[in-house]
Amino acid sequence: MKQYEVTFIVDPVLSADEIKSTAKNYTDLVVHESGKVVHVDEIGLRQLAYGINKRNTGIYYSIEFQSEAGALIPKMELAMKRDERILRFLTVHLDKYGVKYNDDKRNGKIGKRSKDKKKENAEE
Amino acid sequence: MASQEEIKFLSNPALGQQRKKYCRFRKFGIKHIDYKDPDFLIQFVNEQGKLLPRRITGNSLKYQRRVATAVKRARHLAMLPFSTDLLK
Repeated sequence: MKQYEVTFIVDPVLSADEIKSTAKNYTDLVVHESGKVVHVDEIGLRQLAYGINKRNTGIYYSIEFQSEAGALIPKMELAMKRDERILRFLTVHLDKYGVKYNDDKRNGKIGKRSKDKKKENAEE
Repeated sequence: MASQEEIKFLSNPALGQQRKKYCRFRKFGIKHIDYKDPDFLIQFVNEQGKLLPRRITGNSLKYQRRVATAVKRARHLAMLPFSTDLLK
């Protein structure tokens, strides 16, 4: 089962539940397309490094999911392209180190960046 | 002749020597570079937001390329600027 991660930015002007429903919409799409959602991570409101269509802040979401056939990806990307609530999205295939990194991050093994190296060091 | 200990140097002889650079990814065993974590990536980018060369960061070729792709992905997701004037 290949593991993928899609990170996208939702328009901050929308209401809170609108934003939640956007994220929910894509997790449902993954489940509907026989993919398995591993984790939905709401990174939250962040300042953008540069303006994206007249917005300087955005709400970041990152969905990690598994799916054998890649058929899920083009469908989802097409839906995201059409959705105006999403400013930008990026789908990435995770290799085994990426998967391990994300799991460690969730279990709190990888702390702040400075601790990141020491923790990594202690772990290896 | 003055023996070794008695020789006094005006300045520390090892002053100009460069600290041995190492690839931090191989040394600390970091295998994955997360593109969503700009605080970590900022170390590999100069004040204008441009990628630093290997001779400055000391990274090995394999991890310098991964850093480069991670920085480009972060730029795409507006976590890092494409170019700015005072980043640090």
